[in-house]
Amino acid sequence: MGRYILKRSLMLLPVLLGVSLVSFSLLHMVPGDPAELLAGEEANPEFIQALRKEYGLDQPLYIQYFHFISHVVRGDFGISIRNREPVIKLLKERFLFTLQLSFLSILIACFIGLIAGVISSTKQYSLFDNMSMVGALFGISMPIFWFGLLLMLVFSVHLRWFPAGGKGTILHLILPAIALGAASSAVIARMTRASMLEVVRQDYIRTARANGLREFIVIYKHALKNAMIPIITVFGLEFGYMLGGAVLTETVFSLPGVGRLMVEGIFQRDYPVVQGSMLLVATTFVVVNLLTDIAYAFFDPKIRYE
Amino acid sequence: MGTLLNINNLKTHFFSSGRTIRALDGVSFHIEEGEVFGLVGETGCGKSVTALSILRLIPFPPGKIINGEILFRGRNLLSLQEDEMRSIRGQEISMIFQEPMTSLNPVFRIGDQMMEVIMLHQKLNRSRAFEKALEMLQRVHIPDADRVVKQYPHQLSGGMRQRVMIAMELSCHPFLLIADEPTTALDVTIQAQILRLIKEIKKELQTSILLITHDLGVIAEMCDRVAVMYAGSIVEEAKVEEIFEEPKHPYTQGLWGAIPRVDQEKEALVVIPGMVPDLSQPPTGCKFHPRCPYRFDPCDQKKPPLFPLSPGHLVSCYLYEEGKSHE
Repeated sequence: MGRYILKRSLMLLPVLLGVSLVSFSLLHMVPGDPAELLAGEEANPEFIQALRKEYGLDQPLYIQYFHFISHVVRGDFGISIRNREPVIKLLKERFLFTLQLSFLSILIACFIGLIAGVISSTKQYSLFDNMSMVGALFGISMPIFWFGLLLMLVFSVHLRWFPAGGKGTILHLILPAIALGAASSAVIARMTRASMLEVVRQDYIRTARANGLREFIVIYKHALKNAMIPIITVFGLEFGYMLGGAVLTETVFSLPGVGRLMVEGIFQRDYPVVQGSMLLVATTFVVVNLLTDIAYAFFDPKIRYE
Repeated sequence: MGTLLNINNLKTHFFSSGRTIRALDGVSFHIEEGEVFGLVGETGCGKSVTALSILRLIPFPPGKIINGEILFRGRNLLSLQEDEMRSIRGQEISMIFQEPMTSLNPVFRIGDQMMEVIMLHQKLNRSRAFEKALEMLQRVHIPDADRVVKQYPHQLSGGMRQRVMIAMELSCHPFLLIADEPTTALDVTIQAQILRLIKEIKKELQTSILLITHDLGVIAEMCDRVAVMYAGSIVEEAKVEEIFEEPKHPYTQGLWGAIPRVDQEKEALVVIPGMVPDLSQPPTGCKFHPRCPYRFDPCDQKKPPLFPLSPGHLVSCYLYEEGKSHE
């Protein structure tokens, strides 16, 4: 198990290297001179030259990349052009918030998705099965901004149970988490159902029943653990996307997450911010994938012992 | 010795897309205490459905036991509540399956799977259950049992997994062990070992065995009595020596005739002409009559009951109706 984790973790390095290369090249891929872009439209040539020197843009590319990396590993992502704050500070605040929102969302998604999926599979073609699968179709197809507004209308405006936006308490997070988790819960429910239907046909499930085990144990212990591999895959992907920032949800509920930070950065041509958040989001995604791989090994002894 | 299991007129049907498949169409037989009873027949004749019906594990839908009686130690299993039935499964009646490769749960350790059953039925604590599991593994001659107990199924060979299944299913000392083609998926040498093991354990524990197979060699080797099934019904039942000496039913004769023999030179294997009938539209009367070389008047009209030939020898064929003889 330890070796497996080590092996998987080492495979992270080349991926992160690639990610850093892409995010580094961002500044150099945009048309025009980065220094001119950074300086703004009405800057004089001396200022641009000074900027070029300050940012090391007069150096060869590989040296610039080396500088970039050596700063990044020390947690220095540069200074935001717009509000003159260190990018790392912005990222920290925003990412902490995104982390909270994502955790709550994936928790909701898993809870609803797993239970609905398992019940659907044990009662295939029943009323519950049909209704939850129609519900899942809704969950996948609903535009998140529309569903978010709907939630807000019902639970904030009419019922006044939850605040309509902003941050502060857990109450502020609930509606956005439901809006964000709805689609994921639908995906998880469908995957759980499909995977369980496959597993409950297996011989070892018949063995478990023939041994006199309770149906609850047969389904939730013997079948579900076997069905987990494809479910975890979906789970990891969904969680990764959430951590990458939910631009739409954050916009609807005016939340300060990574997604909005990145989009605002793009609109304002705040390249250090875009660069930093890209690197962060990509790294998070890769790390979540690593955790998914480790979770595989937890559920499947064949992977653990290979 | 008394009768352990008595099955009367068992009918299990499957309902699929508007058709009714009569998988079991009035099956009756009994098993004595301490006896090995063989159930033999071609694939699809209802052997496994019989076994699953006894444990009431026929998946519904599409399957359902619609009629009959399964008397086990005096109780009709078909009228028990589900939780009473559950306490019989794995404790009083156990079952080992054809596919050792897939019959154990791949994500749990051997020991944990065995302990789960032992703790459930024998109400032992974890450490006692662990000892019991270990003891059972040693009893089925698994070398290195204290290592195997911590392993996962994929780390064992097919023969080893079947030994584990046998150990697990016998760990609660059942009255009846149902073995559904326990050696079919194994190599010939492993087959012999597993059969020897079942025999040995049976002697030790005095467990009755319902042995399901299509292999007449296994029947001859293992069983006291045997029933021959065809298309969801029992066509002949007798002591093993009798049926091997003198098979009576035309189907049994065909089946026995199809055994290749080393002491006779034959160009090709003998086959029974025709096909196994479609059980959603079985032939009227005796289901074997379209393939039977001896068919006559009543055969296609009425299903023949089991006619007794001699004590313990029953044949479902009009050739043996009282006063007639087939010579």
